Formats: sequence, C-alpha cells, structure tokens
Amino acid sequence: MDNPARASIFQIMTYDSDILIVGGGLNGPALALAMAQTGHSVTVIDALPQAAREAEDFDGRSYALALASQRLLNAIGIWEKVADNAQPMLEIKVTDGRAGEGPSPFWMHFDHAEIEEGPMGYMVEDRFLRRAFLDAMADQPLITQISGKTVMAQDATTNAVSVTLDDGKILTGRVLVGSDGRRSGTAERAGIKRTGWGYGQTALVCAVAHEKPHNGVAHQFFMPPGPLAILPLTGNRSSIVWSETDEEAQRINALNDAAYLDVLRPRFGDFLGDISLAGKRFTYPLNLTIANSFIADRLALIGDAAHGVHPIAGQGLNAGLRDVAALAETLTLAARRGEDIGSEQVLLRYQQWRRFDTATLALATDAFNRLFSNDNPLLRAARDFGMGVVNALPGLRRGFIREAAGLTGDLPKLMQGKPI
Amino acid sequence: MQAQQTTVDPGEIAKFEAMAAEWWDVNGKFKPLHMLNPCRLDYITTQIAGEFDRDLSQPEPFKGLRILDIGCGGGLLCEPMARLGADVVGADAAERNIPVAKVHAEQSGLDIDYRHTTAEDMAAAGEQFDVVLNMEVVEHVASPISYLTACQRLLKPGGLHICSTINRNPKSYVMAIFGAEVVMRWLPKGTHEWNKFITPDELFDLMRDAGLNPVDRKGFVFNPVSWSWKISDRDLSVNYVTAALKPA
Repeated sequence: MDNPARASIFQIMTYDSDILIVGGGLNGPALALAMAQTGHSVTVIDALPQAAREAEDFDGRSYALALASQRLLNAIGIWEKVADNAQPMLEIKVTDGRAGEGPSPFWMHFDHAEIEEGPMGYMVEDRFLRRAFLDAMADQPLITQISGKTVMAQDATTNAVSVTLDDGKILTGRVLVGSDGRRSGTAERAGIKRTGWGYGQTALVCAVAHEKPHNGVAHQFFMPPGPLAILPLTGNRSSIVWSETDEEAQRINALNDAAYLDVLRPRFGDFLGDISLAGKRFTYPLNLTIANSFIADRLALIGDAAHGVHPIAGQGLNAGLRDVAALAETLTLAARRGEDIGSEQVLLRYQQWRRFDTATLALATDAFNRLFSNDNPLLRAARDFGMGVVNALPGLRRGFIREAAGLTGDLPKLMQGKPI
Repeated sequence: MQAQQTTVDPGEIAKFEAMAAEWWDVNGKFKPLHMLNPCRLDYITTQIAGEFDRDLSQPEPFKGLRILDIGCGGGLLCEPMARLGADVVGADAAERNIPVAKVHAEQSGLDIDYRHTTAEDMAAAGEQFDVVLNMEVVEHVASPISYLTACQRLLKPGGLHICSTINRNPKSYVMAIFGAEVVMRWLPKGTHEWNKFITPDELFDLMRDAGLNPVDRKGFVFNPVSWSWKISDRDLSVNYVTAALKPA
C-alpha cells in the first residue's frame, strides 16, 4: 500500500478451513471425514446443540444402507463403529397385496446369494450412526465442529467463500457445502430454486419387536394406499415404513399405541408372530424436491439439500452418500492436480456426475410409486405380471439386486471399496 | 493475511480483469482448453511426481521445484503448479496475455512470475528449470528444432520436458481442423496449419536431435459420448503428450 497509484493490492488468502459444511446430520460428517482423510481441513456447522446431537436413546429411526454405502462408511472409519449393531439384509421379498387378503401369488424374491459382493445391505439405527460420526469427527484433528450455531449469511468471491454465524463470527473457506436438508437455507441463500411435488401421502415410521426371527429378510408389500416395508433390525425387531393418504396417516398417528398397532397388524400379517412397538413413532409427508442446480459460486449441495426423493425404496441416505463419495473424489482429484477446488470447472464435474443419476432415481421412484399405490385391476394385473417376469428371469433379477445394493451406475471409488 | 503489490498499471486493470474472466470462463472462448485441462494436469503432475519422487497426496508436493510454462496464456497450467507449491515462471510471446495472467493470479492469491518473452531469449539469458512445460506450442513455431533446442537449454541436467501437440494424419486433420475449427467453432479458423503437425516419431527424433531423451508418450482422446477427454496408452492419433529428460 506504499504506492496507491499502483493499487490493486491483493491478499494471499488464508482460510479458516478448506471446506465449510453446513449441516451436521449424516452426509455432512461423512464428507468431512472423507475430505479430512485426503488432507483437507473441514469445519462442520450444525444448528442443533451438541447435547441434542449426542442423544443415546433409540428413537425408532433407522436406515437401509446399500452395500455401496457400507463400503463408503468402511473407508471413512465409521463402519467399524457400527458393525456390531448392523443387521445384514440377506433377502428382499416383494409382494403385491391388499390388507386383510394376504399377498397375491405373484411376487419377487431377491437373494444376495445370487450376487458375489455379499449382503444387499444393512439396517443400522440412526442413533448408532450419529454417535459414530460425532466420535470419528472428534478424533480427526483436521475437523472442527461448531454446534448450536445457525448460518445467517454467505458470500462467494473470486477466491473464497464465507459464512456468517448467528453470533457474528465469520468463517472462510475454499468451498461451501450445503448438507442442510430439503429446506436447505444454503441453497436458498445462493438463489437456487427447487422443483418438487407432493404425493398426498404420508409415511408412518416405527420400529416393532416381534416373536419370531426375521432371518435377515426384508419385505416390501405393495398395497393400494401405499407400500409397506418391513426391514430387519438386530434381534427380533424390524423397522416399518408404511404409507397412507395424508388424512388417513393423520388419523392413525393420532391413535394411542394399542390402537396404532391394531391398524398395523392386518397390514403386517402374522408371519413374525405378535408385534409390539419398540421405539417412537414418526410421520414424514412424502414429497419429491430437487434443487434446480446442485452447484453455485463456490457452493455444492449434497443429500436432501440437492434431492429429496420419495423414501419408498429407502434410497434417501444412499443417494446422499453417493453425493458424498462423488464430491469427495471430485474435490480430492482436483486438489491433487493443483486446481482451485471451489472453481466452477471443478464443481461442474460433481454436478455432471450426480445430476443424471438423481433424475433417473427420482423419476423411477416416482413411477414405481404411482404404479404400485393403485388398486386399478388392470394396473394390478400388469404389475403382478411384471413381478412374475422379473422373478422368473435370473439376469433381470440380478440386475435388480445389484441396483438395490447400489452397485450400478458410475460408482465413485469409495463405493467400490477403493481409496481415492 | 499479508498484502502484496502488483506492477500492473491500475488504469488497465479493469480491461485485464475482463480478459482474465474470458480466459477462465469454462464455457467461453477457451472451453476446449478447459475441457482438456484435467487430462493435461493429470499427465503433468504424475510425470513430475514420478521423476522427482513427490507424493501428490501431500500438501504442496512440488515445493522447491522451479517450473517454466511456455505459452502460458491466461495461466491455466501455471496456477495449478503454483498451488502445488512450485516456483512458477509463465512465459508468453503474446504480450497482452501477461497482465491478464497476472491479474488472475492475484485474484487467486497466487505468486507467479509472468513474463513477456520467448524460450530462445530465456535460454540465451541462461535461465534454468527443473521442469519445462511445452504444451500445444510446437505446432505453431517456425522452426521446431531450434525451439526444442532452446527448451533443452532451459532445463537443469536431469530436468523434465513435457511436450504436447497434434499428430499429422487424415484423422487429425478431420478432428483438429475440420471438427474443432469448422464444425464446432471451438477454435478460430486458421488456428492450426495441418502441415505443421508432427507425428510422435518425428517429435521423438527432433527431441533426440535437441539433446533430450524421450521417456514416455500418451494420447489425449476425446470421447464424444461422455464429452470429455481421457489419457490413452495406445491412441496417439490426434492429440498426444510426451515426456523427455535432459541427461544428467
């Protein structure tokens, strides 16, 4: 500044962290760990206070982790912390049925023995995953966690991005990642609009204990009001995801536990003996929301902030972890080439990688739901025929199994079980 | 934060900033270079890491290496090299590129020595480097042998010379001139003269005559389905890249 006539003072940037992540649920911490592993400093900001994030009780929420997701968790040191509490899914049975009538004779059966990679996936409770992520982040010196702070503003410049927290603190980084859910404030502040629609359906979610063992078999019943999934948890417990029309779901959810179970029993059937509730009950309105862009200046969106899909196939977290693996690989390879990891040319590669997959998944899930949540006799006959065909053809069946295991498409390295 | 000064005339800065924005616009005039850049950088970084025993997963792996980029343009290769820790000199015979590259390096917070000069002049001045990057230049020079000899003189003994160019055959004519210049309009018409293109064998012979030891060659192949470039061991039919060493 000695000579103002030769102005254009520039500053060698120092960053608080290479990467700023808004949202400390599951995808955000997964990305933080993957990036720290390749030598990048990361700050994870979450609006919830630390104590709330550490809650130990089983609240009934759990995830169906596809094999590809399990590989990613293994690569970032999470799997070893949750493996003892994970239930492998060895078979998936898909049946078309009407409550009270029992399943139709047409069904599909997917057995992991038909593919060489192992179980199609694992059921893991939310509390174990959350705890494992918090512990792993605390053990990683390159990760800074900020809990109980809300982001009020963000700003991207030619060489940095900054966020302003509600206590006035400003943090800078090379790239900002929005991992803050389907109502992402990070996306909104960047002016990214969303496309989406509701289904007039609400998912009822709970965990049940049952008398007989499930033997690692997951069931999906397609019933006119919507699908019912029974997913095996450890011990004689299963996670239930069950969809009804919005009004019906409201009515059922308002019932006491005993009456709620009375509604569930005929849908569930008695093949696992009597059932009782094993955790809290949740409702989630089913809707689909996709960000019109997954990137903006020095910003990338992951998980539900990018795409909230209908949870029918349990693909929400799996799709989010696929974003994590793709973004971690894109940014790490760019950094090793000496590229600016927050630059448009780098972030475009991430968007290109993920947007096609996401659109396919969203449309397939949507079409699947519209086809199966229907009591039209013609559609019913058609889907029964379709399931019969899939089940009869081993090649097609293996394709579905690999799809369910998350092994199709342009798989990021972390999901192939390889380091970046 | 520490502040540094620039030697750019402030009156010109707005203009240079606009030109820098053009150089670095991924969908702009230099789109083909941006598309090819990750491939070029993969090759360059892997060769340098291999030759100088550096680990690309570590921060600033090229620290202590002096790298010259000839025909640096807006700095598409210089900036990554500087970010990897190298001391970088960017040289361009086109004077107007220099302040543009300088402005962008400042915006990126990088310290790069950009100069309006030629390989021949720098060699005459006795400058020496660990690595000379000579990317997409040799097909534009009047005398490849005298140019490559200057590049060889610019290397320290044991130094690494990376050179990419375009092959000469009917396919390269169709792809590089008819495809890129006429059909896609990626490049201005007349950017390339096909008879100046050099086959890999000719380039290896020229490098040997210039006192360099060729050690590697690979193709850069454009895939019109994925709309991206890949490095190929076998297909050197259009764009290709070579590595050569100056004897220690």
